[in-house]
Amino acid sequence: MVKNSKSVLIIGAGIAGIQAALDLGDMGITVHLIEKNPVIGGKMAQLDKTFPTLDCSICILAPKLSECYRHPNINIYTLSEVQKIEGSIGDFTVEVLKRARYVKEDACTNCGDCAKICPVRGIPNYFDANLKNMAAVYIPFPSAVPPVHIIDKNSCVYLNYGICGLCATSCGAEAIDFTQKDEILEIEKIGAIIVAPGYGLMEDVNPLTKYGYKKCRNVVTSLEFERLICASGPLEGHLRRLSDGVDPKKIAFLQCIGSRSDRDQKYCSSICCMYCTKAAMIAYEHNNDLESYVFYIDMRAGGKGFQTFLRRGADEYNIKYIKSKISQINVDLDESPIITYEDYDTSEIKQMKVDLAVLATCIIPSQGIEKLADVLGIELNRYNFIKTDPFLPVETSMEGIFTCGCAREPMDIPRSVAEASGAAARAAEVIKGG
Amino acid sequence: MSEKKEEDARIGVFVCSCGSNIGGLIDVKEVAEYAKSLPNVVFTEDNLYTCSETGLAQIKNGIKEHNLNRVVVASCTPRTHEPLFRDCIKDEGLNEYLFQFVNIRDQCTWVHMKYPHEALEKAKELIQMGVAKAAKLEALENIVVDATPTAMVVGGGVAGMTAALSLANQGFETHLVEKDNQLGGKLNIINTLFPTGQDASELLESLKKRVSNNPNLTVYTSAKVKDIGGFVGNYEVEVEQNGKSIDLAIGVIVVAVGASLLTPTGKYGYDGNKRITQYELEKKLKDNAVSAKDIVMIQCVGARNDERKYCSNVCCMTALKNALLIKEKNPNTNIIILFRDLYTPGTHYEEYYRRAREAGVIFLSYKLEREPIVEENNIKVYNEYIGEEMSIPYDLLVLSTPLIANDDNKELAQLLKVPLEENKFFLEAHVKLRPMDFATDGVFICGAAKWPVDLTESITQGYAAAGRASTIISHDTIEVEGATSFLPEYNKNLCSGCEVCITVCPYKAISKNENDEIEITQVLCKGCGVCGATCTNHAIIIRHFTDEQILSEIYAFGGS
Repeated sequence: MVKNSKSVLIIGAGIAGIQAALDLGDMGITVHLIEKNPVIGGKMAQLDKTFPTLDCSICILAPKLSECYRHPNINIYTLSEVQKIEGSIGDFTVEVLKRARYVKEDACTNCGDCAKICPVRGIPNYFDANLKNMAAVYIPFPSAVPPVHIIDKNSCVYLNYGICGLCATSCGAEAIDFTQKDEILEIEKIGAIIVAPGYGLMEDVNPLTKYGYKKCRNVVTSLEFERLICASGPLEGHLRRLSDGVDPKKIAFLQCIGSRSDRDQKYCSSICCMYCTKAAMIAYEHNNDLESYVFYIDMRAGGKGFQTFLRRGADEYNIKYIKSKISQINVDLDESPIITYEDYDTSEIKQMKVDLAVLATCIIPSQGIEKLADVLGIELNRYNFIKTDPFLPVETSMEGIFTCGCAREPMDIPRSVAEASGAAARAAEVIKGG
Repeated sequence: MSEKKEEDARIGVFVCSCGSNIGGLIDVKEVAEYAKSLPNVVFTEDNLYTCSETGLAQIKNGIKEHNLNRVVVASCTPRTHEPLFRDCIKDEGLNEYLFQFVNIRDQCTWVHMKYPHEALEKAKELIQMGVAKAAKLEALENIVVDATPTAMVVGGGVAGMTAALSLANQGFETHLVEKDNQLGGKLNIINTLFPTGQDASELLESLKKRVSNNPNLTVYTSAKVKDIGGFVGNYEVEVEQNGKSIDLAIGVIVVAVGASLLTPTGKYGYDGNKRITQYELEKKLKDNAVSAKDIVMIQCVGARNDERKYCSNVCCMTALKNALLIKEKNPNTNIIILFRDLYTPGTHYEEYYRRAREAGVIFLSYKLEREPIVEENNIKVYNEYIGEEMSIPYDLLVLSTPLIANDDNKELAQLLKVPLEENKFFLEAHVKLRPMDFATDGVFICGAAKWPVDLTESITQGYAAAGRASTIISHDTIEVEGATSFLPEYNKNLCSGCEVCITVCPYKAISKNENDEIEITQVLCKGCGVCGATCTNHAIIIRHFTDEQILSEIYAFGGS
């Protein structure tokens, strides 16, 4: 088969971008996969398990990460962002800013000796929802791809003060390179572009103080909970209260935090109903004395096996579902959250004290989406997600630029994966159909 | 083959900690140390994640530095990770079948979570067995066959038309088979579309036009798939149209047969007249024949109950759409929607729900345990919020019923050798990460045939199935596993011709040829081993699972 001369550029290497890259790569099309983080995998890599099969998230994702990394048709650019675009459908030229990693990608063996010797400690790891610390030279998680360490420019002593350099002396592979500079790369002959930057989290922009977040250590967000309960997370899978290290006996999962609300975002985040039950199930597996309470407005469980999953939650995992609206969370003397809510079944205002409260925070557009949309010349909708037509679901407003996954609307993993394959098909139509 | 067998086995064993999945329960260092004592093992190592690039590099280094000719990895499960490790040793010049997986996570530390000591001993024994088998492994070659760059899409609804168009636009000769006498599926009975409100016929006509104008696309209406033979890249399909039979050579197949509507006979006094379904309402709206003043809609009729557990996804939005349409035409109509959980996920659907409320549609919730009681002119419903039973007058009752699986799904599933799930929808390979694939290579699924979906998702899935299918027919050849069953020439005299293997083969890979001899189509065989296990004369050999290899494991465990 004749190799296609035109390539596809994919922005964002979460599960959607990865699936689109693998599909196009398997079709024999060259893919440039652009990721602004130091490693690929996106939010899915941070999750503990996935609903409704309770598959370990990283276990089913890791083979795809490796496949991407080893794929002869996929070029991965980490720490990279698209800065400029020229041309039109069938022939785009894109300028990419690739930030310095200060570690040579082709030399690093990922042994971790540099991180062991680095004197800088206490740098919060974004991958662990900032709940675990790391050195100034690090890899976000052990099975990360590319398997290459990175130096945090802001906290590295050598890069800021010109002294130290212990990592360089300890590196047997001579992979540390303090002289690396940010580069501008120009990629030509791009036939189509797929925009898959994923989503952002509400706590990044909105202090959730009315729900006790950051005031009480026993109020955590759902992503923080994923890391807390994950075997590779900061507590190594032994769930404890962050205030006193005590095992929680009673956990509340609060849905629609910042979603479906006049005060915050009006839309529904789509995935919280399911992942709250999943999280409660995993917590129960860790501790069979656990009681979980899920506070919800409407239980949105339309996917395959979802209703059965909820029934299992109630029947086998001691989860109680309360149709309600949360008013606020106060903090007791022992730092236990007290939830004030309106019970929709009885129309009463009630309170419940729990050991730990988990906020299912609203999914918001990814950070920097406005700038990216500006660079690409594509339109956003009123919520700042990428604008698409209901009947042209993977098309942006610009011909030859496609989108998929949570960049256009909150959605779960199977749907993101399906949309990614869909966007790949549309891009392939451009490349192959001419 | 015999050369490999006779050379001295030099086995490397890599024990994975899998974070704390394995290492949290048993001491992987001790396990790796133990493996050193096993016959033919010349190198062992433990890794935090053997599947990480670092772990793979460690395997490669091991092969290089210790001249390994067999590799054993003790870790999670071959289901997800065997291809990765096989590729890894292949990169280093070893035949990929000289790899042995030992499952010490799923089948050891996970299931024996409460017994760390016993789990440790079991892990050692499993590795002992794996090492014994590794010593007997033989190099195998994958089977390579040609692929026909054509596609067949079964079902000409919106998902099927979308999939067919995308494949045709990618340059593949595509055949679209529809059992009805026209394309369009459910689009033919829908009045308007949510959330835009446009006429369904607009979308339908535009799709039909693009289908008929595409030179790579052939449409067969009033047609049925009668028979499917062959295998991925090489299907021989018989399509019957108007009593005529058409033979097609097909590379990949996309299933897009959609779903059916439930008629709620005997439920809430359904009579098709004063008490109708949403789809009957659509027809009335099309004909401008709705004059009712007090309309009540009931959601989840025949869904999310013991009989049919699932949520049908589309009914809430359909009810909102029809309610809004009536309200727009006649704002004085009273519309009450009785619901359990309103399903309007995402940005635009939630917005639509707000629009309906602003337009004056009233929403009252009910519980499964206290379903509404429909009387001649009133509906009694218990409202939890006010704690009272309400009586609501109506002159039109609209029942929102779920999409259900087609009756003839089973027939097609059997032809394609693909499974259905408990509700008789088609079952994909993996609900999370392989939503468009079947476990059978070369067959894909999209739209409501898999699960109830709305139009937007049907379109996305149509594209998605086309994308997945294209990954196969974009190449001239297909490579399949070499670990298959075969009947070697020297065993042919052992075969008594009993044909039990033909009966038991779930993939229809075995047949009798013109000389009345058993023949196994290698590319169809998945290596499941049923034929080999049932062959009373031990004539059939399963490559990679030969009697000798399996016995070596048993002897390693229990002694010969």
